[in-house]
Formats: sequence, structure tokens, C-alpha cells
Amino acid sequence: MTAATESTVQGAIGQSPKRVEDDRFIRGRGSYVDDVQLPGMLFMAIYRSPFAHATINSIDCSRALAMPGVLACITGKDLEAHGLAWMPTLAGDTQAVLATDKVRFQGQEVVCVIAKTQYQAEDALEGIDVDYDPLPVIVDPKRAMDADAPIIRSDLEGKADNHIFTWESGDADATDRVFREADVVVKLDTLYPRIHPAPMETCGCVSDYNTATGKMTVHLTSQAPHAHRTLFALVAGLPEQKIRIISPDVGGGFGNKVPIYPGYVVATAASLLIGKPVKWIESRSENLISTGFARDYHMSGEIAATKDGQMLALRANVLADHGAFNAQAQPSKWPAGFFNIATGSYDFQAAYCKVDGVYTNKAPGGIAYRCSFRVTEAAYLIERLVENLALETGIDAAEIRRRNFIKPDQFPYRSPMGWEYDSGDYEKALDIALDLVGYDELRTEQAAKRERGEIMGIGFSSFTEIVGAGMSKICDIAGLAMIDSAELRIHPTGKGVLKLGVQSQGQGHETTFAQIVANELGIPSEDIAVEHGDTDHTPYGLGTYASRSTPTGGAATAIVARKLREKARQIAAHLLECAPDDLEFDSGTFSVKGSPDRVKTVQECIFAAYQAGLPDGMENGFEDVTYYDAPEMTYPFGTYVCVVDVDKGTGQVKVRKFVAVDDCGTRINPMIVDGQIHGGLTQGFGTAMMELISFDEDGNCFGGNFMDYLIPTAVESPSWTLGECTTPSPHHPIGAKGVGESPTVGSPQAFVNAVVDALSPYGVTNMDMPLSAHKVWKALRDAGVSDE
Amino acid sequence: MSDKTVVTVTVNGEEHEALIEPRLLLVHLIRESLHLTGTHIGCDTSSCGTCTVLLDGRPVKSCTVLAVQANGRAVSTVEGLEGPDGLHPVQEGFKEEHGLQCGYCTPGMMMTSVALLAENPDPSEQEIREAISGNLCRCTGYVNIVKAVQYAAAKEGVTA
Repeated sequence: MTAATESTVQGAIGQSPKRVEDDRFIRGRGSYVDDVQLPGMLFMAIYRSPFAHATINSIDCSRALAMPGVLACITGKDLEAHGLAWMPTLAGDTQAVLATDKVRFQGQEVVCVIAKTQYQAEDALEGIDVDYDPLPVIVDPKRAMDADAPIIRSDLEGKADNHIFTWESGDADATDRVFREADVVVKLDTLYPRIHPAPMETCGCVSDYNTATGKMTVHLTSQAPHAHRTLFALVAGLPEQKIRIISPDVGGGFGNKVPIYPGYVVATAASLLIGKPVKWIESRSENLISTGFARDYHMSGEIAATKDGQMLALRANVLADHGAFNAQAQPSKWPAGFFNIATGSYDFQAAYCKVDGVYTNKAPGGIAYRCSFRVTEAAYLIERLVENLALETGIDAAEIRRRNFIKPDQFPYRSPMGWEYDSGDYEKALDIALDLVGYDELRTEQAAKRERGEIMGIGFSSFTEIVGAGMSKICDIAGLAMIDSAELRIHPTGKGVLKLGVQSQGQGHETTFAQIVANELGIPSEDIAVEHGDTDHTPYGLGTYASRSTPTGGAATAIVARKLREKARQIAAHLLECAPDDLEFDSGTFSVKGSPDRVKTVQECIFAAYQAGLPDGMENGFEDVTYYDAPEMTYPFGTYVCVVDVDKGTGQVKVRKFVAVDDCGTRINPMIVDGQIHGGLTQGFGTAMMELISFDEDGNCFGGNFMDYLIPTAVESPSWTLGECTTPSPHHPIGAKGVGESPTVGSPQAFVNAVVDALSPYGVTNMDMPLSAHKVWKALRDAGVSDE
Repeated sequence: MSDKTVVTVTVNGEEHEALIEPRLLLVHLIRESLHLTGTHIGCDTSSCGTCTVLLDGRPVKSCTVLAVQANGRAVSTVEGLEGPDGLHPVQEGFKEEHGLQCGYCTPGMMMTSVALLAENPDPSEQEIREAISGNLCRCTGYVNIVKAVQYAAAKEGVTA
């Protein structure tokens, strides 16, 4: 089965119909979890630890229980009786649902209060008395590795250190050999700091146990409702047919809503025990201090190269801070995700990386924030190293990339750390970007400015991503193969419903997946209703994150539509009294080759599918389902160029221009693709310039609210200049690769490279994110450029 | 806990009376008592603007206004934007210019935009960006929100 020819049907691939989901959102008629209001609904609030590390001596809830409206205070001891005090994480570790023995990070869940109103539940937190003995706190992962460091995970039997795992990829010996003989070695130690996805909607749930039917319905802010249903069954022991997860409209996910959090578990247990619906909605502070942080990678990288800038080998060592519990969300066999994509867009002879994960007294994680499993950290490291190699060798930053790119005729390309890249034309993306930004003129301007002592920089990122997991032979989550699904049912009048295993948090699936059907089956996209997010009404899938929806669910949609197209072809042949192979299909119409007036529309065939008189052996109805297991990952890429001006007096960095050329293969809806790129670039800007979750030596979290954790507003956010090229994926049914994460993965290093380029005349070769004005000003002051 | 009090608030032109705790936030009156869930909550520090509504025509963050402060006053929420003649130009602009993705910030963002255009019918890009700087969006990067407001300004200019 192959792709349909370019379709002229309304909404087919390449068109930009307006989003169907907007009709409810612009009217305030979306349905988010916090909008769920059920009769008799109770409210849950969580008492959290003020300490980062402390033994719990006793918990006294008597004052809280005496407060108005309070029905229950649930402690870890209460959960222990039901075997629920600890839960498994997606990374194969365990995590305390409510602390029993000790607390391990500031903000850890200790007691849950159930009350009649939200105000009463929150009031009662003041009535919880916990007696703690503070313990020594570890916030520095290097300190966590010391032999005399206090043991954070004393709950793990026999655990005598804070080390979680060591993961290696590539050939260490071969890499070392190249390094020993290389003309040039550049080294970079850098921290990709701890940040937070911070979707505008926080996490939460309404758990609704029906005491009559025994059915547990959980309205959940979930990026992976089916996987969550199975995990609820496995963890809580509920029969899976009696669990329904409804992930309705979700107000942004970005990876934050992939894990299962303690609040979900306790609210669900409370509903089960009390027999009433229980709502738990995180406050923003709770969201930032306790759920789903990202990154926190202490990276040390080296490139070996020749004098003329030919890159030969890459070596990287990483210390990964996972916080108090290893609750990161990666495919099970990938403790450092796909960090070994770190060779990026370049053709290295040899490469090796090693990642050590450690426990610290910080919130658990880390999740893949708009990122396909540590590809963000990897892309940052390689692109920062290439920048420094350019500085070291004196070769232009664009030219050194061009010299080292994997060439179009090398695809499919096997990287030294084992990935098989599907397709790419990196030089083309670079050339389009250079043209759009006016590169030669900018370098001329920069030289003149440097003469005058003005500070301007140009930064590149020629990233390659790996997305679309995908590939059940190497990727699973909690043992579940990372497949995804689509079920298509067309009603007699030629209009129908597409049901998906993936789930939208703003990506616009209700529009774009209908477009895939329009393309493949010839039914206008406006005639297809897309359903997702309700496990009782959609086929199984692993959910939406890591740019996997189009690579997996999109592929399943194309294939199921093609299966039904073949059924329609059989019916058309029957009606036209010809052989199926004698029919041509174009934009929803079958015509007999050589007799263009003998035609049947797909809608006519569908109506016939519900009538008597079908071909012998054919069943009535017009529906099918497909589960798609991707044969390979997809590899989107692009070149971003950032131009900055730096104020010498204040250290303020002004992004003058930012050009983003993305190649995500086939674009289903160009308007939506551009919107995704705008948003991802802005998040990358936030990462590079503003956002930070940090801690003092006692483990107090800085960045626990939106006054301290700064995300970009309309005033700081730059404008973007977008360019594109299209190199379809050869193995994806419609040639699409996924785009949601490219801009977040690709952009931070472009900002940083621009600032390093700007400051390089003053001897600056690295600055760690976020590049606050104060940090830049200090570097300029240290270089004698800015006054005190 | 103090005694409950009665407030009368006109929301989207309709008068509502409610018996409430004096500490009740306006956003909770709107969402929980009146079941108008189009107004969302995104933070606890008055930083995100997701809960923006108009109080006597001026944008306020309804998480930072007590319901009793709205007593005897008029509140406009997203649910009141669409009129008998169809969508408000701002609503139309957000859809036409792809000014939203997850939709969570959208009601607050639109209410701020409505207030801006009432005061300044022909704002520059910079004026739009400053006007919406108290409303955070994590999805769009604001580019298309600016375009949506410009679309509405042009449309209102034509119809005015």
C-alpha cells in the first residue's frame, strides 16, 4: 500500500484548515480536569515536607480532623495497610506515595486531607503536626557520589550509596585511540540546569468510584491515558476493565503529564474508600516544587579533530541528577534516554558516552520536557562543542558545520553509537538559514562593531533529533510496547469517527489526524470527528510525548485509512464490474483506467458497504483498526541562527533576529507546524535566558512559583523567522517525522552560542544557562569590559 | 471562619445572588458557584493572567479579587463574548490566526485583548505585547496571539 497521489480533497495533507478544537476553546467551553464538578465531590489537599531530608518521628492529624468539613487525613501508614505507601516509577524505581520513614525532598507528599470544600481542605493543612529530625542534605550530585555521603535511599535494601545507574554507549577504546592521536581536542564542562515544563494547567485528577458498579473513573491530566489505566491496574490491583481514564482537554503537557504522581494515587484510593468523587488539583507552587522537573545534566564533552576542523571523535561523561526517586520518564531500557544521539548532524569516526544517574535531596524526575528522551541535552552538548571547536580552530561556525555534516548520499546513516538515521539534507537547511539571516552581511557588521567595541554575536545550532518511539523491539514503558493505534469508522453517509491511542494537549490532533484520513481516503477532513483521551472509547496507545504522535499514531491513521480505501476499491470494482486493479484512485474518486467517465466516489462505496449486494465474502460495515509498530525512529533536523546584541552596561542580551529552518519531513498542516515551532522556540528561549529551578544548601527550592520561576512573556519573547525544507522519512507512511520538539531541542544552544560568540573576543568560551543579564554582565566585568 | 454574606454580581449581563464566605475569591465564585468554567486558574501568585475577567470593563485577575469586592458590579467572562451576531472579533481572530493551542490561557488572553481594544482600537505590536504581558502562554510564543489581536482590531475598525 502506498501513499495517495496529491489530494485535492478539502483538508488533505499540505492544506491549513483552521483548527476544529478552537470552536470550544474560544467560547470557554473546553473541558479541563478542574472543570469537572460532580455531585457530592470532595476535595483533597496535600501537606508537604518543609525539609529536604528529615526523619519523621510522628504525625499528628488530630487538630486537622477537628476542623470544619474535614473527613479524613491520610498518612503513609494508612496507605501501607493497603500496600500503597510506595509505588513503582516508570524508571523501575520505587517512589513514596506518602512519606513513612523520612522525607527526601522539600515539597514531598506527607499527609493528604480530604474535606468537603477546597478551602476547608487547605485550611486543615495548618492542623497537621509532624515531628521531624532534620538530616544532612545533598543538593550537589557530585557530593552525592562521595563515599561518605549520607544515604538518601535507605529504604532500598542493601543500598550503600546514592548511585542509581551507569549507562554507556559507543566504543570507548576506539574513541580513546582517536583522541590520543588528534591534532586538536576541545573540551567543555557544562550544566544543562534543572527546569520545569510548567504547562499553564497544572496536574490534577477527579477520581470517581462508583460503589454500585465497582467502576473507577479517573479524570486525569494525562498524556498517556491508556498506559496510565494499565499502571493503575498494576499498582492498585483494580481490574482493568473497571478503570476508565478520561484525559479531557489538557492545558499543555510538555512531558509534565507523563508520570503518575502521588496525588493521583491518594485521590483514587480516597474515592475508593469513601465512595465519593475526590478532586485534587495542584497549585502552581506544588507543580513547580514536586512534579516532573527536566534536565539537570552535568555534562563533560570533548571533540577530537584535525587542525582544519575535521571532527573525528566525540566523548561525553554525564552526571545526571534524578532527585530523590528515579522517576524519570524514558523507555525502560534507556536510563539516559537517547542521549547517544549526541553525535548529532556530524559524521564521526568514533564516539562514546557514559551517564551516571544519582540521587539527591531534590524533587524526583526527570521527565522529557518537550524532548524525545534526553535528546535535548545531547543536542545542546554537541552544538556547544562545535561552537567551541570553531573558536579553537578559527574556522567559521557555519563552515565547520558544513565540513562535517553527514552527506545526503550517506543515508540511511549508521551513527557510531548505533542509530540508523532515516534521511537528511543538512547542508540544504544550513544554506536556507544563511540566506534568510543574511549571514555574510552580519559577519561584516560584527567585524565593524568589534572595531568600535560594540558587542554582537551570531550563534548556530544544526541539530538532528531522534523521535517517534516507536520500535517495540527496543522501546517499552513498563513492559508495554511503544506502539500506537487508530480506529476508523465511517458511517453510511460517508462521514465518520477516527479514534486514537494518542492524546492531544494542544497539538491539534482533532484537525491534523482528520487531514491524514482526508488525504488517504478522500473524505473531507471536516467530515471526520477525531476522538482521543477516553480509554473506554479509544484503542490502546502509549500516548503523546517525545514527538511520537505523528510518527506512530499518524502512521496508524494513514494505514487504517488505506485498509479502508482498499475495501472501497473492492466495492467500486464490484459496482463498476471491473477488476480492482483496473481502478485509479484520486481525491476520493475511483475511475476505470481508460474510461474516466466510469467512476464511483468513496462515499458511494461506503454507502454500499452498509447495503445488501456486496461482493461474495465481504462483510458489511466500513471500519477497521491498526496498531502501528514503527520500524525505525524518525530524525527531524534543522539549522537555527540567532543574532544577539549585548548591552555592555547591563549585560542585557537582545535577540535581534532568530531564523529557524526546520525539516520535519512531510508537513500535514503547515499552519499548525509553524505554531508548534513558534511555541517551542519560545520555550527554548526561556530555557536559555530565564528559567531555573535551583536550591540552597539546605535543599530549599528557588523557583517554586511564577514570581521566581520566570517563563517568557510577550514582551521578552523574540519574533521568529521561519524557513523550511522537506526531506520525507522513507519509512513513515506519509513521510512525516514529527516537529513538536525540534524547536525546544534545537534552539537553546543557538542562543548560548550567539552570546559566547559575542563575548569570545573577551576570552569567554562558555556560559551556563540561563543567561541572565547579571551573569552576562559579570562575565563582561571580569573581562574588564563593564564597570562595577 | 466568619459568617457568610450575600453578594449580588452581574455576570455577562445576568444578575446573580450568592451566599458566600467573605474570603471567597472571585474566580471561585465564577467557576464553582456560577459554573462558568471558561475562566481558568494557572498560578497562585497573580502572575499568569489565566483567570482574567473584566470587572466593570477593566481587566482583573480574578484570583486576586475577593468576590465581595465584585458586589454590585459587572463581571464579563469569556462565555459572554459571543453575541447574537456571532463570535466577537477577538474570538474570530484567535481562531483565524491560530492564536491558541492548548486553549488554557485563551479565555484570559482574549479578555485582556478585549479590554485593550476598547481602550486602544489600533494598537501597535509593541502595545499589544505590553498589554498581554500579564498573561502567560506556554504554547504559542505569542506571535499568533499578536496577529489575532491585530485581526480583531482590523475587523472592529471595519465594523465600527
